[in-house]
Amino acid sequence: MPLASDAASLKRALAIAIPIAVVLILIPYVVPPYHAYLLSSGLTYAIAGLGFNLLLGYTGLLSFGHAAYFGMGAYAVAFLVKYFKIASMEAFVVGGVAAAAIVAAVFGFVCVRYTRIFFSILALALSMVLWSLFLKFYWVTGGSDGLRVPTPTLLGGLIGNPEDKMDFLSGPYYYFVLVLFFLAVAVMWVIVNSPFGKALQAIRDNETRAEFVGVQVRKYRWIAFVVSGAFTGLAGALWVPANGLITPDFVYWTFSGKIVFFAVLGGFRTFAGPVIGAVVFNYLEYFAVASTDYWQLVLGTVLVFLVMAMPTGIVGTLGRLALKLRSAS
Amino acid sequence: MSLLETHKLRKHFGFLHAVDDVDFIVEQGEVLALIGSNGAGKTTLVNVISGLLRADGGQILFHGTDLTHLSVYDRIRAGIARSFQIVNLFDHLTSYDNIALPIFSREGKTRRLTSLADKDGAVRQEALEVLNQYGLESKRNVLAGVLSQGERKLLDVAVAHALHPRLLFLDEPTSGVSTREKAPIMDIITSVVRSGGITAVIIEHDMDVVFKYSDRIVVMHQGTILAQGTPDEIRRNEQVSMTLLGAPALT
Repeated sequence: MPLASDAASLKRALAIAIPIAVVLILIPYVVPPYHAYLLSSGLTYAIAGLGFNLLLGYTGLLSFGHAAYFGMGAYAVAFLVKYFKIASMEAFVVGGVAAAAIVAAVFGFVCVRYTRIFFSILALALSMVLWSLFLKFYWVTGGSDGLRVPTPTLLGGLIGNPEDKMDFLSGPYYYFVLVLFFLAVAVMWVIVNSPFGKALQAIRDNETRAEFVGVQVRKYRWIAFVVSGAFTGLAGALWVPANGLITPDFVYWTFSGKIVFFAVLGGFRTFAGPVIGAVVFNYLEYFAVASTDYWQLVLGTVLVFLVMAMPTGIVGTLGRLALKLRSAS
Repeated sequence: MSLLETHKLRKHFGFLHAVDDVDFIVEQGEVLALIGSNGAGKTTLVNVISGLLRADGGQILFHGTDLTHLSVYDRIRAGIARSFQIVNLFDHLTSYDNIALPIFSREGKTRRLTSLADKDGAVRQEALEVLNQYGLESKRNVLAGVLSQGERKLLDVAVAHALHPRLLFLDEPTSGVSTREKAPIMDIITSVVRSGGITAVIIEHDMDVVFKYSDRIVVMHQGTILAQGTPDEIRRNEQVSMTLLGAPALT
């Protein structure tokens, strides 16, 4: 980040972030409950996008297996319900993040020994191993039927047992997700602007040189992998109580593709790109599914258009347009 | 005790003996030029000493400590740094970040996830001083990828220098830059190196640069050391002149 313009760039970022935050806070009062719920789903996806992009945008590693950590976070919540009779959302968050981080630590240990396509395929293969475990160990995981997750209690039981689930999801639960979304954005912003974050960007740009300035490349990649998995696990843990069910479909490779889609749609070369991409994707998918039976065709066409016409994604394209407008005026 | 000694250091690529039982010595505080024709083994020797390539045999002693089987990371911690023949920078980071990173690394701060890099006043001040020493302070907010070749060469050396090494290898610091730019670049590099008391080994093809800026010269040929001595001794060495220039020495 440029030194001379530190204060200016922070001001610019706040000038964009504060109005967005205000709009997000007011959303449940101005849109129908279902749309507030839809937005909260988009925000949980956005947390997954943030985690994913720590690897792709900042470390230069494209993971085709991030559904594993999303699914692990969600299954951990389901296990807490089924085997420990826990209904506290705070416990779900801790359990989901911890479980995803542990799986990411193990998978990451193997994956970060490789880069480029080898890394991507290994991440995919390991996620499919996890998928098959969730599918085949049905006496533990419910197999293809999955596991149900009832509506949780919030704030240590202060808020819970709602009469109408949609009111709960579009009200208290929406704000619970929103607070964790803000926290996730803030924490990730600090990480990518920390000395560690700079080291990751150095690894992305030039692995050999990074090694020759004393960065322990493999170790740092592994840490990034674990942090990325933990963020994605948080997203899974937040998403599953709203959905009410977790099945192996959310650990399958197609869901990993969805997370890649978030980053490509929003633009993985910017911090905000995957966040915007996740929210937009969620709406896009909702409207495509509601409009046609061939919704995959719609999403596929959008992806082809993006890659060809907007390779820097929504945020990258908007940034370029803003730059053009500024230089023209 | 010499700062660096290699004993019978060997690196073979199949039938090619790139470095063949080389005994190479670098004394504390000197600026040594490593010269030789293309394929003589200069860069391979530096690659093996710096850890980019694994030695097939022999020993590397740095201040008496055996580095032969240590990782690049451990060699850097011991005090060896290097620049590269083909500029090796972090192209999507600013010049400032390129310099700040090795400082963070040297101070063991790259493990920090929860503090903002730009808020570290000590690192910031030192990084700006290094940029200033290399005449790059006005480029501090410019991405390394868009600097001119001469600026990139300087930044490449500055990145290695920011590690505060005891021994700095500079692999062709003026390659790819115009003849007019060579002297200013070498002036800056040697002035920074000498004022910092850093021992430097410079691989260079330009004999004017070699004779002007080095205290001692080592000549390599076909993976072995052909000759070594002061610039005057090398200038008068018939064998070196015949091997490198194909002509007898000028006396």
